[in-house]
Amino acid sequence: MHEHVDSIKSYTLVFVSLLILTAATTLVATIDLGALNVVMALFIAVVKMLLVALFFMHLRHSTILTKVVVGGGMLWLGILLVFSLADFVTRGWLPVPGK
Amino acid sequence: MDSHIEVPELQEQFETPAQQKEVSTLGMWIFLVTEVMFFGGLFLAYSVYRRTFATVFGAASNTMDVWLGAANTAVLICSSFTMVLAVRAAQVGSRKALIVFLILTILFGGVFLGIKGIEWDTKFAEHHVPGPTFHLEDVPPGDQGPAQLFFSLYFTMTGLHALHMVIGEGLMLFLLWHAYKGKYTPSYYTPVDIGGLYWHFVDIIWIFLFPLLYLIARHQH
Repeated sequence: MHEHVDSIKSYTLVFVSLLILTAATTLVATIDLGALNVVMALFIAVVKMLLVALFFMHLRHSTILTKVVVGGGMLWLGILLVFSLADFVTRGWLPVPGK
Repeated sequence: MDSHIEVPELQEQFETPAQQKEVSTLGMWIFLVTEVMFFGGLFLAYSVYRRTFATVFGAASNTMDVWLGAANTAVLICSSFTMVLAVRAAQVGSRKALIVFLILTILFGGVFLGIKGIEWDTKFAEHHVPGPTFHLEDVPPGDQGPAQLFFSLYFTMTGLHALHMVIGEGLMLFLLWHAYKGKYTPSYYTPVDIGGLYWHFVDIIWIFLFPLLYLIARHQH
């Protein structure tokens, strides 16, 4: 049975990066960037999620099957969010009765 | 020739310990995907109402204590770090380190829930809990409804997250008990591994809850 044992050093680097990103997102939120505030907050959150999933959850060492399942889950989450919001955001664009 | 390898923890339906572990790991990931869908619906509801009532949601979000939220994010990240070190200790067969890191993970989880409890308590004192006594300062009477919507989503999302934390604490105590009894070895530590997957997943949910609930309108403060 082949098992990857990552070094404590690499885990520590990920840990420190996560703490720095937490400080970054908290401080960036106080600066007025207009619409980019939400984009920055979500971008940093996605980077943190990837760090946790790839390193702490060992996704980078996982089998192809596990990666496909996780990717499929993300795809369906994307369909849920993108399609629903695409409908909701564009609903007022055309003067269609009963929209 | 019998290809079945004799390992005490190997169930008879599996050929090898690696196959057995892969099945457990995949099963946990599939469960976590259903959890992503579950929380995804809440994040969608939040996005729709945040867009509809952007100003009120901003004002409501700015009543959050951002430093307690940031501190709790750091506490959860610390707990994920100790959790991953617990899994590593199990991989290399260090029972003592496994027990120490599991205890640290449980303690960090407890600190998170404690801080969360202080925050909720403040909400009750400030009448920010949806219901007949709800009142949000500096918001016109007509916008008190949408303001309650924000706090309904806040309590639902942080409440369900906290429930997952409580379940996680229970799982950690189970792992700690079995680790204490010496049940985990480098050839069998699957429960520690998939318990870790669950714990990190709960951390990821908070990584998204923190900016969405605490930081969205901070620049207008």
